[in-house]
Amino acid sequence: MTTADTVDLAEKTPDEEQPYAALGLQPDEYERIREILGRRPTQSELAMYSIMWSEHCSYKSSKVHLKQFGEKTPKNNRMLAGIGENAGVVALNDEIAVTFKVESHNHPSFVEPYQGAATGVGGIVRDILAMGARPIAVMDQLRFGAVDHPDTPRLVHGIVQGVGGYGNCLGLPNIGGETVFDPCYQGNPLVNALSIGVLPISRLQNKTASGVGNAVILMGAKTGRDGIGGVSVLASATFEEGSEDSRPAVQVGDPFMEKLLIESCLEIYDAGLVVGIQDLGGAGLTCALSETSAAGGLGMRAYLERVPLREASMEPHEILASESQERMLLIVAPENVDAVLAICDKWGVLGTNIGEITEGDRLIISWNDQIVVDCPPGSLADDGPVYARPLREPADLILLQADRAETLPRPTDLRAELLTLVASPNLCDKSWITEQYDRYVLGNTVLAQPEDAGVIRIDEESNLGVALATDGNGRYTRLNPYEGAKLALAEAYRNVSVTGATPIAVSDCLNFGSPEDPAVMWQFAEAVRGLADGCLEMGIPVTGGNVSFYNQTGTVAINPTPVVAVLGVLDDVTKRTPMGFAEAGDTIVLLGETREELSGSEWAWVRHGHLGGQPPKVDLLGEIKLADALRVADLVSAHDLSDGGLAQALTESVLRRGVGATVELPGDAFVDLFSESAGRVLVTVKDVEALRAVVGDIPLTVLGTTGGDALTVRREGPGAVNTQFEIPLTELAEAHQGTLARLFG
Amino acid sequence: MKIGVVTFPGSLDDGDARRAARLAGAEAVQLWHADADLKGVDAVVLPGGFSYGDYLRCGAIARFSPVMEKIIDAAKGGLPVLGICNGFQVLCEAHLLPGALLRNSHLHFRNRDQKLRVENTSTAWTSGYTEGQEIVIPVKNGEGCYQADEHTLDALEAEGRVVVRYVEGNPNGSQRDIAGIRNEAGNVVGLMPHPEHATEALTGPFGGGVDGLVMFTSVLASLGVKA
Repeated sequence: MTTADTVDLAEKTPDEEQPYAALGLQPDEYERIREILGRRPTQSELAMYSIMWSEHCSYKSSKVHLKQFGEKTPKNNRMLAGIGENAGVVALNDEIAVTFKVESHNHPSFVEPYQGAATGVGGIVRDILAMGARPIAVMDQLRFGAVDHPDTPRLVHGIVQGVGGYGNCLGLPNIGGETVFDPCYQGNPLVNALSIGVLPISRLQNKTASGVGNAVILMGAKTGRDGIGGVSVLASATFEEGSEDSRPAVQVGDPFMEKLLIESCLEIYDAGLVVGIQDLGGAGLTCALSETSAAGGLGMRAYLERVPLREASMEPHEILASESQERMLLIVAPENVDAVLAICDKWGVLGTNIGEITEGDRLIISWNDQIVVDCPPGSLADDGPVYARPLREPADLILLQADRAETLPRPTDLRAELLTLVASPNLCDKSWITEQYDRYVLGNTVLAQPEDAGVIRIDEESNLGVALATDGNGRYTRLNPYEGAKLALAEAYRNVSVTGATPIAVSDCLNFGSPEDPAVMWQFAEAVRGLADGCLEMGIPVTGGNVSFYNQTGTVAINPTPVVAVLGVLDDVTKRTPMGFAEAGDTIVLLGETREELSGSEWAWVRHGHLGGQPPKVDLLGEIKLADALRVADLVSAHDLSDGGLAQALTESVLRRGVGATVELPGDAFVDLFSESAGRVLVTVKDVEALRAVVGDIPLTVLGTTGGDALTVRREGPGAVNTQFEIPLTELAEAHQGTLARLFG
Repeated sequence: MKIGVVTFPGSLDDGDARRAARLAGAEAVQLWHADADLKGVDAVVLPGGFSYGDYLRCGAIARFSPVMEKIIDAAKGGLPVLGICNGFQVLCEAHLLPGALLRNSHLHFRNRDQKLRVENTSTAWTSGYTEGQEIVIPVKNGEGCYQADEHTLDALEAEGRVVVRYVEGNPNGSQRDIAGIRNEAGNVVGLMPHPEHATEALTGPFGGGVDGLVMFTSVLASLGVKA
């Protein structure tokens, strides 16, 4: 038997040098650990503190800003669990609640794209499961580098297959997401994954380890050496050369095991056998043992030699740090342990009693009768360092904002311009990706990509359902992080609203560069302030989220990319409004005002490689008014206008069902087609006057009529040269739909 | 009438197959892979998913489960059995149907609304269609490329045992655009597309088709239930 670094040994050898810096700890953080323990930490304790106090787990740089979400954003009586839980929980009615959250898995996905993306999906699904919910859908928000960079195909293929491979095998429909290409993400692709689950309110779970004498059960996969240092090394530092060496820090996923874990946990919940539950993700057993016992305010005793291992030679600090996937930690009353283990057995899942809840407030962990950890769990889970890091507006921002896209040369041939834009990587049809995902499984998918929001039926009897959308525009946020964050919120809110749903909750995934760079920290602070202010203004709570820092290579950070998810409720999903034009003869109407807003636009980027100026103006009260009108109006179709403006919305609307359109543009044809003004929706109706009656003072412009086999654009009057054109749907489809297959085959 | 749907560990579309059976008017019965008990059902659906993680080979482990031993015997005795996607793979592994399903020729998982032509209506599961009828049913698979030797393919064609064929694009490289086949007696059918996902206008293929429901009403008709 090997000898571990025990508490006894640590007391006897106070001066032993410890590799705290290599584990990502600062000298003063190390000193604080020594103070807390009154001695040097053991090797296992050092590993645990380095993980729990890492940026990823402790939110040490973001905490001071994130508290605005709790302070500013409104509470409503729908919210059953919020920030700090595994995921936020929102009641739909007196009996049913949903839980949803979006999380990043960026760094692992660059190092090992398939497994990084796959375990990103697996991790967020376990968060949902830990709340007592059955996971019912996933979405993915992907950001890649330039399409023509030699490394991009490796990432696109690996990440898309990883998202699909895991989600498909788990039997969760993928109902939407985003794919963006931009050189700023070259060395730092973003892989964000969202999951949503549904639960009877009575089944809501928490992570509290209560009840002295209760057993601590580890369920699921065996523990291996994969993912060691994942959160402290991969997720909490900037990439340098040689990041391939970090590959062992990426976890390896087994979706089949996760499927069994889901079914067995749900059976255990339904039988009422569990007191508390926590998933094991980033930070593995370290996080689960310390968070559950800290939440319970009691002590815990754990025996590491009982943990089933993939590799028998693993040492205690490795067992504690392992991020092996598909594991859950359950707190179970002694009389229920046998019943829990029987359910595990039925599903072929390992269940092991690894310890118990104790009196006091010490987390004591032994390995073959040697005590390797003896510390207060709260010091790991709650008392990590908090930094108010310096903030400084990026030095180039003033110049960047002065360099407006509105002054760029404009095209003379709008037909060619439209065809180029709708074929560009960010605006083109994404079927090549979304066809790799199962959107049908579970049989409740009402709307999925390319619709503005995913819509899922929750109840087959009442047709109660939810709508979900995520948005984030890194270019807007780069130009103005405060307004950019509000724009992301506005767009996700609008995407949910066009289906007819009522938005009720927000989750977010905040992807930024290094917090040690004051300019990045300023972007972060501004974006959080913008999102919190926006939620306050819109009266919608933030229920949880995730921060991903260190998305930068060397000194170059990604565009700040807050991804905002909005959840809406539909009392009757059969009444949802889809995005495509349905049949000939409907009237096409634009709701909202089009301004000359081209800065940060897809047009400026595709045509001129330009990023400068101020992003479009955002009016959140106007967005609410628009959403309210969309809910009561009798609409045939509704499609939000965002990236690519009206040209893009028209293209997607006509191609969805192959129903053409003839539109007459009211103002400057170029601006009308490519401006990205917020607060706009393209709708079709049978009765314009009825629509007029419900939209109040929202600007309403009748654009034309649906029908035919072409998109026909007219502009009468002076200056109308080259602004009248017709594009057969076949030609439009060829331009819009071929891009990704051509690039990535 | 009772339609049994097997749940293997890793089955994913078992709930959807049970819903489809109910929508067709049958009583849906869950069959557990480890129980050698068919619970008196009148027909069996082997649903889509990744049984036993599809480790080793798709369907290769499921084929040896206790419930499959019973199903294989009963199928030989005439029990109507429909294998969908992973279920089709299980039927091929169990040698109730010839051939094998390999990795899609383009190597990607593919999910799309697929147009099919019903080639044969003399089966328990397709009697409600007309021969040559075109239907839309979703496909979603990574290993759906149907392969058999030329001799087997010729025999399948000659005996009218190609049940459904892909039209307007082959989603996975299957030989002769084969989407589904039957056994000689016509009680056992395997197909890659998912009829259970085309049974409700709300959640079915884009545009609201419910062409898949006919498979489930067909089997009830073949069992003597009046539509």
